[in-house]
Order: sequence, then structure tokens, then C-alpha cells
Amino acid sequence: MKTARLLCGFAVGLGFAGAALAQSTLRIGLAEDPDVLDPTLARTYVGRIVFAALCDKLFDIDEKLNVVGQLALSQQASTDGKIVTIKLRPGVKFHDGEPFNAEAAKFSLERHLNMQGSFRKAEIAQVDKVEVVDPLTIRLLLKAPFAPLIAQLTDRAGMMVSPKAAQALGDKFGTAPVCAGPYKFGERVPQDRIVLERFKDYWDKDRVFIDRIVYRPIQDSTVRLANLKSGQLDLLERLLATDVEEVKKDAKLRLATGTELGYQGITMNIGNGERANNPLGKNPKVRQAFELSLDRDAINQVVFNGLNKTNNQWISPLNPYYMPKYPTPKRDVAKAKALLKEAGVAMPLALDFMVPNNPESRAVAEVMQSMAAEAGFDLKIRITEFATSLNEAEKGNYQLYFLAWSGRTDPDGNIFSMATCSGPLNYGRYCDPTVDELLTKARTATSSPERKLIYEQAAAEILPKGGILYLYHRTLLFAHTTRLAGFKVMPDGLIRVTDLKLQ
Amino acid sequence: MLKFLPRRLLQLVPTLFLVSVLIFGLQQLLPGDPALVMAGEERDPAVIEQIRKQYRLDQPLPVQYFHWIKGVLTGDLGESMRIKQPVARLVTEKLPVTVQLATMAMLFAVLIGIPAGVLSAVKKGSAWDVGANVFALWGLSTPNFWLGIMLIFLFSVQLGWLPASGFVSPFEDFGQAIATTVMPAFVLGNAIAAVLMRHMRSAMLQAIGSDYVRTARAKGLVERTVILKHALRNALTPVITLGALEFGTLLSGAVLTEQVFSIPGFGKLIVDAVFNRDYAVVQGVVLVTASVYIVLNLVADVLYVLVNPRLRDQG
Repeated sequence: MKTARLLCGFAVGLGFAGAALAQSTLRIGLAEDPDVLDPTLARTYVGRIVFAALCDKLFDIDEKLNVVGQLALSQQASTDGKIVTIKLRPGVKFHDGEPFNAEAAKFSLERHLNMQGSFRKAEIAQVDKVEVVDPLTIRLLLKAPFAPLIAQLTDRAGMMVSPKAAQALGDKFGTAPVCAGPYKFGERVPQDRIVLERFKDYWDKDRVFIDRIVYRPIQDSTVRLANLKSGQLDLLERLLATDVEEVKKDAKLRLATGTELGYQGITMNIGNGERANNPLGKNPKVRQAFELSLDRDAINQVVFNGLNKTNNQWISPLNPYYMPKYPTPKRDVAKAKALLKEAGVAMPLALDFMVPNNPESRAVAEVMQSMAAEAGFDLKIRITEFATSLNEAEKGNYQLYFLAWSGRTDPDGNIFSMATCSGPLNYGRYCDPTVDELLTKARTATSSPERKLIYEQAAAEILPKGGILYLYHRTLLFAHTTRLAGFKVMPDGLIRVTDLKLQ
Repeated sequence: MLKFLPRRLLQLVPTLFLVSVLIFGLQQLLPGDPALVMAGEERDPAVIEQIRKQYRLDQPLPVQYFHWIKGVLTGDLGESMRIKQPVARLVTEKLPVTVQLATMAMLFAVLIGIPAGVLSAVKKGSAWDVGANVFALWGLSTPNFWLGIMLIFLFSVQLGWLPASGFVSPFEDFGQAIATTVMPAFVLGNAIAAVLMRHMRSAMLQAIGSDYVRTARAKGLVERTVILKHALRNALTPVITLGALEFGTLLSGAVLTEQVFSIPGFGKLIVDAVFNRDYAVVQGVVLVTASVYIVLNLVADVLYVLVNPRLRDQG
């Protein structure tokens, strides 16, 4: 009797185990542990990767960077650009079963705008009021026309949260987020894993094929790749350029690439404190000489095996706003020397070059150091831990600063805060009232061709005289096992989980 | 017998106070502004201002310290600025992980280090001795992160026997718990085994050369009994003290090993918190670790007195 009961229990146990095994789980290796999982309070790039499965937005982008509806069906701006009417998708539910409607959209947007500590406030600060027109229509009343608004709503500012859960949890919403994405929150063990479960009532459920997603932060890129190779992961982000060949050679792995929305560049101290008082900070000719001393293609070849896209602008050549009339200048040491002579600079010109501490940045800095030396620049590389480097940049304690920007969908996000006189990211304090005026105008212009024209006018000033020397756009590198099908790299680098299948 | 105990307990108060001041003060020496790091890539000035206010970073240091210590005394270690979770919860989540790893590492260290030390002393000058010394040298000079990555490549990537990283609690799945801990525990235990082996060897050599061992041999005892019952017992005392100290160090987190194997323990928690300038987490975790260390020291002192009658009267 006892044995029979035991056997019975064992069989039931096996049955459960079988059911558990039948569940498909996608394991994704992240380069960092995300911060708080509240779209209003979150601030990291890596957190956005998790949100892509958890929280749907009003709008999304497609592979060609076009804005498409997600929880919104359409949008219409008034002729003066100050009223934007958004039609919402019907039949959408939040993970807690609450309906998504105009009231919920109004609540989410107002939460982004008013919640204490909101990181979204600045992104949609032009929104003065949100009105409910009917159960599936909202109207945004703007303080002034703001062209990047819809692009902002393709990111965290457009993420919708369940009003009921958000009210109940307050600023602890990030501990158990309730949104309307294809997956709902399961559990989080900080620094170990974030588990999401398939949401059965998702509005687009026919495109969701995997039961569970586990995100695992593994900081060391070598270890991340070892986990993929040993079958502990199915997909990883931020593969190192130097590991690309290894992935290509492995029959069980696949490489997926795309070009980032952001850029890597050198911020030059033009007007931030005492240290700006040097020929590079004061004379645009010296800055041009510095640019001519560098060979972007050679840097790309040496450090990144030619994988990145070299460029001299804040948006990549794949972006519709790219300006072909300003091609990347080729390296010309003779011309660089002539410019330095013209500027009356005593050579070698010693410059303090602050570089955040990571292997790739260090390598790029060293290649640049030897290139610039040929033209008469003596770059003194100062490797600095990232948080410290931000502080130093803010205080103006540098002359050159190697810094990346992760990029935004709208070109405004890549230039306004860095090139306007009071822009919070303008560490070099480059300031030109004409540029301020043009970049503000580009925000209020409503048609794309008109905006592109304004950006071209601004670029004529910024590129030769500005505070940032753009070098290249990094290639987004992902590796996955052959088990995973349907993975596409999106321009924002975030992992879209719909249409993914495990074979 | 334990007359000294109330006095030692009283001494804990100023010690812990000093530790808390040190933890708080040293952290302020870190360059970098936590508000800037926390403000995200956009670094909106309004947001930075708001963070400074919310976490009292705009207030004088003594005021900040007062608020922190007031919380600590009521059991509130503060909240992580990065993931908005209570530090106390993070500590209670990570402690079992670190304890599990440290215990397994010590097990490896003891199982390898002590027999190797005994063998090498008993067979001094033999191939065993040379082999054990080479092992000790290897253990001491091999960097943890290198050995960790090599083990991952061998046992996870090439052979596919063990998971490359992660952590599973033994209450969840015992087999998986062992599988995920065995490599990192070996990496940690390897270095400690080398230290234990060297100390064990010298303590044994001293014991073997002492009068009581000679007497035991003269009485005609079997060599095995002489070594295991007489020499080893006495030689073990300093090794146990050393082992306890090493265990204490392990409990404060094995930073590199935890990074390589992606184990969410104390070490990883502290390192991430330092890089993110998540002050509350750094303060909380270091305070807990320091307190555990101080209390363990007290426990050790009590045990000495209980074990060694000669110390009883000295207090």
C-alpha cells in the first residue's frame, strides 16, 4: 500500500516536472542589472530592455525608425501644433485585468508629469494638460508646439501603467510593476534575475510564443559569452567587437547586428572654467586641426574590426535626418599642422584627455593619442572611473572627454541638451545664440523637411566650431543560439520579444 | 568565569559607533556625485536637485549621518537609490547566498588543506611534501578570476557538466545548488586551502618534534595514533583560528569570484553599489558585515576562555 502510494506520488511528481519542462523559457544575458522597474522613475538603458517586454507604449518605432502605433492607433496634431489628439487601441487590458482606456492613459501621462522624482517630466514638459475626449481618445494640450513629442512617447514617457496598481503601490510600483506589455512581472532577485511570465490577455497575443523570460545580469562580457556557449543563455546583448569572430565560427551561435541611435564622441572644453583657457578651447581652428589629425576609419579598424559606422554628425547615416552635405573629413596631417601654425600654437600642444575606464575606450584613446601626436597634439590620457568622470566633466576639470550617448529616436534628443547654451549635457559649455535659436526652431517646426533644413543650418555652425567631435556610431552586437528564431535588431537596441520562438 | 563578558559587551558600543562613523566618513571621500550618477543619462538639473533633496545630499554631513544612524538604531538601514528596495531586505536576501558559498569554500579548503599539510609534515622531504608545497604555491599565486574563467571554459563550455554561472538555493533544488556553487567554492577554497596547508605543515612539524610526541612514541604507540591523536590535535588549534578568520573574510563577500560566476552575494552587491554611488547600500552592507565580524570575534574570545582554563582568570 505504502509502495503504491509512493509510486503514485512519484508519477504525479513526474507529471508536474513534465509540465514544467514543457514551458518554454527564454534566457537573456544583460550587461548590467537594471535599476527600478517603474517607467516613471527608471533611468538606465538596460532597464529599457526589460520594459520592452513588460510595458507597452502609446507608440513604437519600426526597423526603419518610423513611428508606429502600439497602444495608440493614430495621432493628429492641430495646425498650430499645440493640440495633439491620440486615438487609443480598444480591448487592451493591464496585467491586473484592469482596462486600458483614456482615463488610464491620462493617469499614466499625468503620473509621468507630476510624480515626485519623475525622470519623464523633462521629456514631455511641453504637455500642459491631458484631456479625455471619449473612452478611447485623449487630447494633449501643449505649451508650445513640440515636434519630438510623439518620438518621446515611443519610449518610457509613452509607457502606460495600471492606475489601480500604481495608486496602491505609490513609489514602490517598481517592486511589482503592472503594465500592458506581452509579459507580466514574475519576480526579481536583484543582481541575479528578473522573471517575466506570458500575459494571456495581451492584445496582440498571437505574436507571443514563449512562456517565460528570464533576464540575467552578467557584467563580464567573456563570462556572458561563456554562458551562451554552454547553453545557460539563449540571447545576449552587448557582445564585444573582439568576440564577433568567435561567435561567427561557432555553428550553434548566430550574430545579429544593427547601428545604434547614439554616437561616441569627444567633448571639448570650450567654456567650462579655467581649464578651457587653452588654444583648443578658444580657437575653432585648433579644434578643426585636431579633427583632421584623426583617422576615424583607422580607429574603427584597429579597435572594432571595422564594425562601427564612422561619422561626423550626431545622427547616423541611416537616420532620415542625416545630412550628406557634410561628409566626414579625411585625415590630413599637413593641413592640421598648417591650421595649428595659422593659429599660432606652440607645439606640442598638451591636452588633458579624460577617458572612462573600460577596455574599448582605453584602446580608442591610445590610437587617437598616437595619431594626434603626428600633427602636434600631446594627449595626456587620464583613465577615470565613470561616476568620477561625470563629476569632473560637470566641474570643467578636463580638456577632452571621451563620452558616449545612447541616442534617441528624434534627432532633437541627440543634440538639444548638448549644444544649447544652458543644455544640461553641454559639458564643454559651447554657446552660440544662433545655434540656440535654430535648435529651438527645429523643435517647433512641424514638417520633417522643414526640420531637416533647420538642422542643416545649425550643423553649419556646430560641426566646425562646436563642443563635440563625433567619431562613430557603435554597432549593436547581439549573439544568440540557433534555437532562437525571429530575433531582429531594432534601431534603439531594445529587445522586442513578440514573434520570438524557441525551437 | 565569564566575568569579562559585560565589559566586552559594553566595549561593543563605542566600537560600533566608531565603525559607523568610519563607514559613513570614508564613503564621502569617494569622488563623484551620487545625484549626478542617479540622474540618468539626461541629467536634468531639476531631477538632480530633487534627488539631492530626497536623499538629503544637500544637507551637512553631520545631519546626514544623524538621519542614517537614527534609522539604523530603529532597524531601518535605508533604501537603495538605484532599485528602490530596502537595504535590510537586500542584506537578508544576499546573506544566505554568501553563507552558502563561504561554507562550501571552507569545506573545500579544509578537505584539501589539512590532509595535505599533515601529509607533507609527516613525510617531510618526500615527493608528497614537494607536491603539497607546489600545490600551496599554485593556490596562493593563481588569481581567482583567471581560475574561475578557466573552470567555466572547461566544465561548462567544453564538457557541459556544470552551469557557468548563477545561484540556486539548496531549499529550491539541492542538486542544482551544489552544481552552481561547486566551481566558485573551489576557486575560493583553493586559495584558502593553500594557506591552511602551509600553517598545518609548520604546526605539525613543530608538534612532531616536541617532547610529548617523543614520549608517546617511547610508550610504543602506533605511529598513526601518535600523529592523529597527539600531534594533530595540538597542531590544529592555530589552524582553527586561522580558518575562522578566513571564514569571516569570506562572509564579507568574495568580490571577484562573485563577479565571474554572477553570484548575487555580498561582494557583488557592494561593488555595484560603490560604482553606482548607492550610498545607503554601501553603508548598510558594510555596517552589517563589520558588526558580524565584531560579534564573531567576541564569540571566539568567549570560546577561547571556555576551552583554555588558563585564560579564565585573566579575563
